Amino acid sequence: MILVLLILIPLLAAKLTFFSKEAAKNVALLGSLLTLGLSVYAALNCGTENLAPFALNWMPAIGAQFSLAADGMAAMLCLLTGIIIPVVLLINRNKAIDNPGAYYALILYSQAGLMGVFLASDALLFYFFWELALIPVYFLCSRWGGERRIPVTFKFFVYTFVGSLMMLSALIYLSLQTNGVNAMSLQNIVAAGKALPMMQQHIIFVLLFLAFAIKMPIFPFHTWQPDAYEQSPTQVTIILSALMVKMGLYAVLRWLLPVVPEAMAYWSDTVMTLSIAGIVYASLIAMMQTNIKRLVAYSSIAHMGLMCAAAFSGTELSQQGLMVQMFNHGINITGMWVIVNMVENRYGTQDLKKMGGLANTAPGIAIALVIISFANIALPLTNGFIGEFMLFTGIFQSASHYHMVFMAVAGLGIILGAVYTLTMVQKVAYGENNSGVLAVAKMNAAEWTAVIVLIVFIIVLGVFPQPLIDLIGIR
Amino acid sequence: MIQLAYLIPLFPLLGFLVNGLGWKSMPKQAAGFLASLMMLVSFALSLGVFFEVKGGAPDTIVPLFNFIQAGKLLIPFAFKIDALSSLFLLIITGVGFLIHVYSTSYMHDDEGVVKYFAYLNLFVFSMLLLVMGANYLIMFIGWEGVGLCSYLLIGFWFKNRDYTNAAKKAFVMNRIGDLGFLVGMMLVLYHFGTLSYNELFAQVSDNQAVMSGSTYTWIAICFFIGAMGKSAQLPLYTWLPDAMAGPTPVSALIHAATMVTAGIYMIARSSVIYNHSEAALHFIAIIGLLTALLAASIAIRQYDIKKVLAYSTVSQLGFMFLAIGCGAYTTAVFHVMTHAFFKALLFLGSGSVIHAMGGEQDIRSMGGLGKKMRITQATFFIGCVAIAGIPPFAGFFSKDEILAAAYAHSPVLYYAALAAALMTAFYMFRLYFLTFTGKFRGTHEQEHHLHESPIAMTFPLMVLALLAAISGFVGLPEVFSEHHALNEFLSVAVTNGVHHHLEHSTEYMLMGLSVTLVVAMILFAYAKTKKPDFQPNTGLAKVLENKWYVDELYNAVIVNPLLQFSSFLDRIIERKGIDGGVNGVGKLVRWGADRMRLLQNGQVGAYLFTMVIGIVLIFVIGLFCVTI
Repeated sequence: MILVLLILIPLLAAKLTFFSKEAAKNVALLGSLLTLGLSVYAALNCGTENLAPFALNWMPAIGAQFSLAADGMAAMLCLLTGIIIPVVLLINRNKAIDNPGAYYALILYSQAGLMGVFLASDALLFYFFWELALIPVYFLCSRWGGERRIPVTFKFFVYTFVGSLMMLSALIYLSLQTNGVNAMSLQNIVAAGKALPMMQQHIIFVLLFLAFAIKMPIFPFHTWQPDAYEQSPTQVTIILSALMVKMGLYAVLRWLLPVVPEAMAYWSDTVMTLSIAGIVYASLIAMMQTNIKRLVAYSSIAHMGLMCAAAFSGTELSQQGLMVQMFNHGINITGMWVIVNMVENRYGTQDLKKMGGLANTAPGIAIALVIISFANIALPLTNGFIGEFMLFTGIFQSASHYHMVFMAVAGLGIILGAVYTLTMVQKVAYGENNSGVLAVAKMNAAEWTAVIVLIVFIIVLGVFPQPLIDLIGIR
Repeated sequence: MIQLAYLIPLFPLLGFLVNGLGWKSMPKQAAGFLASLMMLVSFALSLGVFFEVKGGAPDTIVPLFNFIQAGKLLIPFAFKIDALSSLFLLIITGVGFLIHVYSTSYMHDDEGVVKYFAYLNLFVFSMLLLVMGANYLIMFIGWEGVGLCSYLLIGFWFKNRDYTNAAKKAFVMNRIGDLGFLVGMMLVLYHFGTLSYNELFAQVSDNQAVMSGSTYTWIAICFFIGAMGKSAQLPLYTWLPDAMAGPTPVSALIHAATMVTAGIYMIARSSVIYNHSEAALHFIAIIGLLTALLAASIAIRQYDIKKVLAYSTVSQLGFMFLAIGCGAYTTAVFHVMTHAFFKALLFLGSGSVIHAMGGEQDIRSMGGLGKKMRITQATFFIGCVAIAGIPPFAGFFSKDEILAAAYAHSPVLYYAALAAALMTAFYMFRLYFLTFTGKFRGTHEQEHHLHESPIAMTFPLMVLALLAAISGFVGLPEVFSEHHALNEFLSVAVTNGVHHHLEHSTEYMLMGLSVTLVVAMILFAYAKTKKPDFQPNTGLAKVLENKWYVDELYNAVIVNPLLQFSSFLDRIIERKGIDGGVNGVGKLVRWGADRMRLLQNGQVGAYLFTMVIGIVLIFVIGLFCVTI
């Protein structure tokens, strides 16, 4: 029942938010806090009777069930979603948003979709939620985004929708291979996939992989992402980069790895090469960015590359590391965007050349920026390090013939990451204030709350990562 | 006592938290007092631990909790207390305490003083983790932690763009080394399944036949790459001279006495592995020697008092790696210790000079400062004598041991190392004479301002001068004494490589040779600086003044091509290539739709015609299928 509530509460909150006009941001925040409570409860009770799977007949004719289940990974991602959405709602509280009811309602709809994606154990239901999460974001970007929002959102939508359709066709094909009873359930899909002849496994692999690779995104399917991150309102960018990209990784682990294991093994070197090339590629491009949002966007592609490479490395350790990193990356990239948002609001620009001197004008923000930046480049005793260390170790121990080369080249990312991240810190926080804005507002209470929550996660999970590692280990 | 060793890093951490969280409201004096007090407590605890270890306490692991446990990977958060770590504890907290005390005076009117002491405490905390960790991952935590603090302190005066550039450069160069360290750890985990020293070294000693020699070489080289970054060796040394942008006490603590010697600690700790790889040791010896020579030659022609000391540090670190390359790990550790004393002394002395000169660092504007600053002059002189290697000051014993080890290895190494040592004597005394003797060459205003520093600054100078004078006696050479106290103490923790024995007569001869030449170099320096003229340098001198143009070379060969390549990726591949391709597909669909639209022209005749054509086609294809 908890699992249903995890989806239902955001939906109801969204409904309520939509009709509550001026109070919308507070209603939405309350709703998201309720969801947060539920997701914490779910994470604590994962693996016990309290979190039993839930199933209802949905469309028996095509074998689709409304069935939800949560193992450690799903509970962890629900928890992440539960944490991030209130943080999203805490920033920008002073900014006038046009039609706030619709804006905040859409954010909560998206949350409901995300919860559904992580909990669904039925292929059709999974697809349903996958789209449910995407569509609100599409509206959010195209209605509240930056100047170029229309073409950018269109590209983003078409790109990801093409991926979705490929995924749907693969899932339908797989369901047709089962005996018809609950044809869409995860177990039956997995069984059907494993039994496929090699050639068909390849086709299924390519269809599913492209869908997930676009979502993550992986080089060279990433070009929708910097534009979308740049043009979306930063709150939506957080949902995209901290949560929605995790859908792609999650889907690889749940709907691709077990379904076509032989094809996975065949393609793993190729995918790892692409991912790791993507790390270096995105890092080099990040170095050249003068727009702060694009810089963070490319850094996110680099991080995704490492995670995707680990997903395909086939070792237990890298999978565990991947799950740990999914959580930690969600926290850290959110922190990054929260800072970017504050800086942009205060300096009125996204241009790095017109920033500077934040350590003088608003030292609190500068300190937070430094902490979060170092978490982003995986300094030990921050959460970012735990995940990356496990990922690197996992990749190094993979059975691939090129495992050492993979690890060493991926390791270049930690050098290049330091270059672009510290350059950004330098341009934002140090030197003289080039913005022309003299009175820089200090952080308000809501912003402080958001920043401190994130920093607490960064430090606590960096020093005591074990609870997180234990959670993701629950089957 | 040893079981309480976890308290040693805890106190600096506490100091960091209090000063760090209270950066807004903490009174300036209180911050410095608190930070120094924390260091004093740590130092007292370290003394207790040290004497317990010296008294014969066995190696102890102090476990705290399991840091990472996932499947077969188990990394405990634990400390290892043995001879090696307890010695480093003493150096770090002892010199650290003195430098904290010095800083309370040196930094007292800086607006960021609370932040400064928070960073300084955090640095000591990280450095203690580095040397106390019971496995490589804890060492790595400290390793990157000191890098962070170094970054924060180099860029302490963050408004200056050059300073923050130097900070960034230091962090990035260290990260290059860190990648080597990381790969080394991966290799160790891959081959041995553990990162804990005790388990790893037991395995290495037990079943050495299982691993091929090249495995050890790879591990050794990877770790050494880490050391190259942190301990500023060729080719990754260029960050250290730039790091002088930080406050001078920081240069003394981080960039001379402690952090930069982390590489030596790491290799001494891993001596069991290094002893399995001749190739790696040769490589280290060559890198160390080249670094010692290159940096010493640059120091000869520098005019910034801190730059001279910085290159001197790089050069001395090169000496330490030379010792390691000769398999004499304990000798390297010996030099780490004496160097910590005399180099911290020299840096603090230079700080005292800069303080008196109102921020001026160019020795061309100094001269004759000795008359106004007796204590600084006297202590600085002791530092110079110690580093130059005049008996019985500390540097003589440790440097002599390195030279002897080099000679035992190969006379070629010895002569090259001797050349570097002579350059050291020259540039140090050039610095000393130009600064403290002769006539004052600065402005009238500066001359008026000259004064001896307050007691909080001169007290650390005097303590360090005493240590620089006498600490050499813990390692008397064989010809003077049968007991080498330091070697005996460290022998439990560090296994030296094969020791070539030198004849007593040879050893006397080497000592006599080096001391005579050093004295000659000092006289030469005196003669050269008696009537200083600072004409623009030409020829080789100009090359030296410009640091062999290494920075320019790196920019031309690595940095700029990389930036150009990135720019090419960004402008051409990303925008025109990949994104252009994606948009191209979109345009193609649009174009196709445009053409298709023409078919929907509303003429029933045309529709019928197409329909008939279509039916005919289906039949034709069907026919073909049947026949096939």
